[in-house]
Amino acid sequence: MGKDITSALRPAIVMALLFAALLGLGYPLAMTGIGQALFPVQANGSLVRDGAGHVIGSTVVGQAFVSDRYFDTRPSAAGKGYDGLASSGSNLGPAARPLTDRVAADVARYRAAGVAGALPADLVTASGSGLDPDLSPAAALAQAPRVARVRGLPLDRVTALVERQTSAPLLGDPHVNVLALNRALDAMAR
Amino acid sequence: MTLQGWFLILGFTAIVLTLAKPLGLWLFALYEGRRTPAHILLAPVERGFYRLAGIDPAQEQGWRRYAVHMLLFNAVLMAFTYAVLRLQAVLPGNPQGLAAVGEHLSFNTAISFTTNTNWQSYGGEGTMSNLSQMLGLTIHNFLSAATGIALAFALFRGFARREAATVGNFWADVTRITLYLLLPLCTVLTIAYIACGVPQTLAGVVDVQTLEGARQSLLLGPVASQEAIKMLGTNGGGFFNVNSAHPFENPTPLTNLIQMLSIFAIGAGLTWTFGKAVGNTRQGWAILSAMMILFLAGVTVSYWAEAAGNPALHQLGVAGGNMEGKEVRFGIAASALFSVVTTAASCGAVNAMHDSFTALGGLVPLFNMQLGEIVVGGVGAGIYGFLLFAILAVFVAGLMVGRTPEYVGKKIEAREVKLAVLAIAVLPLMILGLTALSSVLQQGLAGPLNKGPHGFSEILYAFTSAVANNGSAFAGLTASTPYYDGLLGVAMWVGRFFVIVPMLAIAGSLAAKKYTPEGAGSFPTTGGLWVGLLIGIILILGGLTFLPSLALGPIADHLAMIRGQLF
Repeated sequence: MGKDITSALRPAIVMALLFAALLGLGYPLAMTGIGQALFPVQANGSLVRDGAGHVIGSTVVGQAFVSDRYFDTRPSAAGKGYDGLASSGSNLGPAARPLTDRVAADVARYRAAGVAGALPADLVTASGSGLDPDLSPAAALAQAPRVARVRGLPLDRVTALVERQTSAPLLGDPHVNVLALNRALDAMAR
Repeated sequence: MTLQGWFLILGFTAIVLTLAKPLGLWLFALYEGRRTPAHILLAPVERGFYRLAGIDPAQEQGWRRYAVHMLLFNAVLMAFTYAVLRLQAVLPGNPQGLAAVGEHLSFNTAISFTTNTNWQSYGGEGTMSNLSQMLGLTIHNFLSAATGIALAFALFRGFARREAATVGNFWADVTRITLYLLLPLCTVLTIAYIACGVPQTLAGVVDVQTLEGARQSLLLGPVASQEAIKMLGTNGGGFFNVNSAHPFENPTPLTNLIQMLSIFAIGAGLTWTFGKAVGNTRQGWAILSAMMILFLAGVTVSYWAEAAGNPALHQLGVAGGNMEGKEVRFGIAASALFSVVTTAASCGAVNAMHDSFTALGGLVPLFNMQLGEIVVGGVGAGIYGFLLFAILAVFVAGLMVGRTPEYVGKKIEAREVKLAVLAIAVLPLMILGLTALSSVLQQGLAGPLNKGPHGFSEILYAFTSAVANNGSAFAGLTASTPYYDGLLGVAMWVGRFFVIVPMLAIAGSLAAKKYTPEGAGSFPTTGGLWVGLLIGIILILGGLTFLPSLALGPIADHLAMIRGQLF
């Protein structure tokens, strides 16, 4: 056994260093080069810029909306909400009182804003990441009357916009990107 | 539950079954040391590595030498990562200017990645610099996976060889698996992930002024290159705190499917390789069938429970399934499926927060891990864990008919059965022992976020995940304390290597045996009867031990949930 250990010492140390160089530096750096060359937009975070070139978000990451003029994104447990440096879910269990308290408060808020009927689950639950960019079509449509009212737009134009912005992939559930939806809303009003 | 959801689940299963043979063939070429297409580019690298390290790849090793070289290599790598994390502040590649990772967190993380667990006591963003992610963590994602597959090869050789004293060469196995399987596949996967929206840059934080004018900071980094091996090597340690739920790690339903397939691909392929190695691919298919039956049973329970939703929220006027902790772009089906895949294999990546699953939806991942993650399982670890159960199953069958059991041409005798039981007993001893300890000590009780039975589930889940080398969590538990970092670190180490060493001893003992041809009295290990017996043994030996602990945690939680009791 002692002989085995001494015979293993050199290969263990040398191989660890060689593999560290290959897999810890060579591989990620080569991939960075290829990614930057082939897909520069995606490799740099799929950033969205306004007319002046300022970064206003990312097409894949969610952001907070608090104004009544915009569609809300989902409740977020990332920092104080949609904190890009502190992704987190609530981690509350199904029978946790803090969960039902939080949901009850959000339900009351939507009721006060005039949303009747059963609320879509995603509208009042926190996502896993706290950075969910999407809503279900039902959760967006539930907010359409409020947005139309605040903006003074006809309801059918707002619902038609939601439907246009809905993507229905083969593999996942239909969803609406809220940043894209709200930008389209701004463009429509102009 | 929707038709589309079942389409995804059954489609996923069909693709896994389709991938098993091509990947199995690829792995078999590496098992035999034959050339692959990847040799054209990388064979000089392999030769160069051996020359610099003074390795003769043709020199065969007995099981003890194989074990010592494997252990020493892993110990050196662990020390290396510990050093990288502790020196983070003075090393380059740290655009956020992060401080060094703390002592107990570095200890825990170094073990976590060495053992293919990838338990995240750390948060990812805000803890790990780009260099730490690459040089400290990504290397383990490759090498702990390659180590797992190499160990499976050693056990296969034990079954396949006759009256042999050796089980292969550890260095040749690890190097070939890394260079000719993992690296080429990860290159392709990385490019696919980037195309779908996963960042790959050395930059750090981007400042955003949102549409409403608020400030948001987005963290970028070399995410895609780590994501590829994180899933393919069933590692599961995320670049970000929330892992594959983060839109930068897993931006679309398509990346989600690729990630789930990556988790199962190699594990499923290894069942075919095993069959080929022992001269009958039906042996491999029988194993994969038993795995897939257990897998689909788990998915059914989980999907049903999550789609049924949370009655406490329904009472408040909320409709539909349980979306707390889930992402809209995946929805219920892809989240439930992911949770079962990641715990059936020893991956531990998550695309939804298991802590916020319904009680029964959270029980399935827990139970999967307690079975020892042998339903496809971690790369290498799944198949060698499963073969330990196969040894016990033929032993039980042998007891029933009163003759010496055999499996794929080898007599299974007292030594193999004792060693298999020793390896399998590690799981309940460690999981239940440490959970019990933490349920009475003040330091342990300080951990859970949730009250009531769900808080107990958080502790049970943590030790189950650590010992089984999974790495997923009921993440409400505050684990970055000296108590949990230390204890979970020990649990991960014991859970990995105290299974591996007896398993290698079995490989050595089997390799030395003569070939015993199948006779009229042999118990057939390919048909439906065998698959049924395997499932029965796994559920009774692997699962029953944990039933009382599940009754105190998720089952009590479920009963409280349907009674409407809150904590």
